[in-house]
Amino acid sequence: MLASLVHILPLTTIVRERLLPVSGRVTARLNQKVGPTDVVAEAAWAREHILIDVAGALRLPIPAADRLLRCKVGDELPASAEVAVGAGLFPKSVRTPKDGRVIAAGGGQVLLETGETSLQLRAGLPGNVIEVIPNRGVVIKTAGALIQGVWGNGRIDTGVLVNLAEKADGVLAPSRLDETMRGQIILGGLCKDAETLQTASEIGVRGLILSSLFPSLLPLAARMRFPIVVTDGFGSLPMNSAAYRLLSTNAKRDVTLNAEAYDRYTGARPEVIIPLPITSEPALPREVEAYAPGQTVRMRRPPSMGAIGTIVLLRPGLTLLTSGLRAPAADVRMETGETVIVPLVNLEVVG
Amino acid sequence: MPVSLIEGDSLLAVDIGAATTRAVLFDVVEGQYRFVAAGHSLSTAEAPFKDVIEGVRNAITHLQNVTGRAFLDTDRDLVIPSQPNGAGVDAFVATLSAGPTLKAVTVGLLADVSLESARRLTETIYARVVDSIGLTDHRRPDEVIDGLLALRPDVVVVTGGTDGGASRSIQKMLEPIGLASYLMPAEKRPAVLYAGNQKMEEEVKSLLGTLTSSLHFSPNVRPSLETEDLDPAARELARLFIEVRKRQIKGVDTVAAWASGHILPTGYASGRMMRYLSRVFGSAKGILSVDIGASATLVAAGFKGKSTLGVYPQFGLGENLPGLLNHTTLENILRWSPLDISVGVLRDYLYQKALYPSTIPGTREDQAISQAVARECLHLAIQSARRDFPANAASLNPRQLPLFDPILAGGGALSDAPTPGHSLLLLLDALQPVGVTTVILDQNNLLPILGAAAGRNSLLPVQVVGSGAFISVGTVVSPLVRTAYGAQILRARLIYEDGTEARMDLKFGALELLPLPSPQNARLILQPTGHADVGFGPGRSGEVTATGGALGVVFDGRGRPLDLPSDAVRRRELIKKWYWTVGG
Repeated sequence: MLASLVHILPLTTIVRERLLPVSGRVTARLNQKVGPTDVVAEAAWAREHILIDVAGALRLPIPAADRLLRCKVGDELPASAEVAVGAGLFPKSVRTPKDGRVIAAGGGQVLLETGETSLQLRAGLPGNVIEVIPNRGVVIKTAGALIQGVWGNGRIDTGVLVNLAEKADGVLAPSRLDETMRGQIILGGLCKDAETLQTASEIGVRGLILSSLFPSLLPLAARMRFPIVVTDGFGSLPMNSAAYRLLSTNAKRDVTLNAEAYDRYTGARPEVIIPLPITSEPALPREVEAYAPGQTVRMRRPPSMGAIGTIVLLRPGLTLLTSGLRAPAADVRMETGETVIVPLVNLEVVG
Repeated sequence: MPVSLIEGDSLLAVDIGAATTRAVLFDVVEGQYRFVAAGHSLSTAEAPFKDVIEGVRNAITHLQNVTGRAFLDTDRDLVIPSQPNGAGVDAFVATLSAGPTLKAVTVGLLADVSLESARRLTETIYARVVDSIGLTDHRRPDEVIDGLLALRPDVVVVTGGTDGGASRSIQKMLEPIGLASYLMPAEKRPAVLYAGNQKMEEEVKSLLGTLTSSLHFSPNVRPSLETEDLDPAARELARLFIEVRKRQIKGVDTVAAWASGHILPTGYASGRMMRYLSRVFGSAKGILSVDIGASATLVAAGFKGKSTLGVYPQFGLGENLPGLLNHTTLENILRWSPLDISVGVLRDYLYQKALYPSTIPGTREDQAISQAVARECLHLAIQSARRDFPANAASLNPRQLPLFDPILAGGGALSDAPTPGHSLLLLLDALQPVGVTTVILDQNNLLPILGAAAGRNSLLPVQVVGSGAFISVGTVVSPLVRTAYGAQILRARLIYEDGTEARMDLKFGALELLPLPSPQNARLILQPTGHADVGFGPGRSGEVTATGGALGVVFDGRGRPLDLPSDAVRRRELIKKWYWTVGG
């Protein structure tokens, strides 16, 4: 049976495609070395559109109004510029309400685009540009530790990792945060109050790595200007031991948080990347795997949600579970030494 | 009865769900079409595969292992038609519900006429209406353009105008849609279904023809103000949905090619099957089908040939679960739980389950939450669907659910429940049927597949439905009455085929069973007390034929609407007692 996978790896090659949502201009060059917050592509589009009803304003049939148009597609017009002038002794003119660019003219109407919204696409990870996708973005490669999370607030930043989570089930309280942490990335535990997020914001941290977050805090966390990566889920979950071990042993290193929103269809996930020096290129993470004995797995449902274990046996056929359901299942040895029976669909292979 | 032109052929069907892909084989056994076996696999529409074909091939491979027959060749392509060596199948069909919920914009003239038709139409696919544009919309056209650019709809459904009626207003509303599409990158443009005034078809083509990802036309859903006919437009919208999915998800085009175009949205296929069944088996009562899945909760109903279909992604048990709280409260969900669970635990569950839609409950507490959430989703879905049931549908009381017989139920939450009793109680709590009805479980989730198969072989669905592929849970008697708790409301005599009898006195508030195993039938004589009504009129007695099933005859004397005690401890004890009654 195909397994769900989450990457928590001490050393791997990381290749990420970074694409604009719309066509734009790629600013990075092939083989360029980029930092996570470097802009690699940008796009701009109109903030708003103005439809000028020329035929209506001049009270003319559409073909007649079209003949009176004084602008064409592509024209940059200032505010109050004439787009059409009527006929007669005292001709009525139709003017632009704001400055803008004509993007359509005809059918008795003129469509202007005004203002500009721009988007800058950042690299999201430190590495080398190995491919440029014209008008869309780049592919970047790096090597290091990789920890994938389950929720991110869409921000990207980099900084030195400070470990405030003395254990995997620690709680990040506002009292643990102080001015010395400005510009740093905090490895916290679970976050259960708004004050913690607000304090982190006031101090000016560069990012938060949390084991879990109370769902009621999601709107606030989404608004924070610094990246937040949640590793395990919602509520009061400890950090899975694989992620905690890897992160806590890398304290004081530079880490990058790409808190990209989890998208099950594109495969985008929030990630913590710890760039590491290498002598030879490590293997890429496996993307497809079937469940098998010996695999390290994380539980995705109670009991022991978030806990790490090892598959010791794939049970044949269907197994009766405590919930009363029957499903394909495995015997999983937990880190405590206890062996539990878990339906395969509730397991995620860590690797 | 229509006879298929390809009678005798084997048929392989796949259903590509959000969490699971299933492959189902039908073949002729002793002169009749039968459900032979099913294989399944995880769906692969999501990363890392981003290609449904892998899940389809894996499900078919599982089916090969189960049946010992080969359906795929060495390149893992479908062998069709079947070969002299027995490999392959003669026909292939597919249903699809995987993929993100589509964003839809509805366009019409009057809010309570054509826009309502557009809303009903949109509810036949896996879509969420993100904006509506109508005559009462006071936004400027450029505001509509900017709104559409921000929303980036996948689908625009245009209705409005009786045939030969208003055209200028519709044209005015279509202009901003055309302009917004023009401003979008070609690959992001919406697909458009036009189901309005037929006289405008050429104008619509000239306004939108080159500016949409695909432009579809169907007969007017409102040919006159008094008439609504959604069926042809729903059929075209189903086609449009598949076209959109072909662009969004890799592999859908391959499956569509294997199926020679016989691929339908799962919800639409269920609706088609209900239409079909209501024509074949329809009585004065309607027939109802519900399906609670990860993508959506479906409610399809047939009333003497007229049918309704509601696909509600907002009440699905997967990635949309956190949004459920826009429609209900945590307390409302927890009222269905037999265990003491805090609102915090439930809130965490909704968000965590949304992360991992394919996971299943591993503990009793997790199962209790899961079943409570499923009840609330189905309850909300049936309330939404009821708005569109015909006003003249047979009912005991217009405030209650119309009379349905049978009720078919499927989807993960029901077919995977620990016992048929769990499934039945979930259905009774959420739907609250009245009168006498047979409840049938679609444990293999065959209904939509049969709906898709009907397009290839009209004989197959009829024979499979009659072949025992569905599990009868039993006959449910639900008197409509409101009286004091513990007061007698019904006397029942069940006379078995061998002449023996069982009797039961039903009290208000109680849930009782009389055994009647499948496939037996029995005479059921019902004598309501006072004003209780089981379908013969208040206080009137009558006799029906009870169909046997896993639970026999179930008497639900809990009243309609089901009034759960406000005291949490008492309520949980009562729910536990009901679970105990239906088998634990």
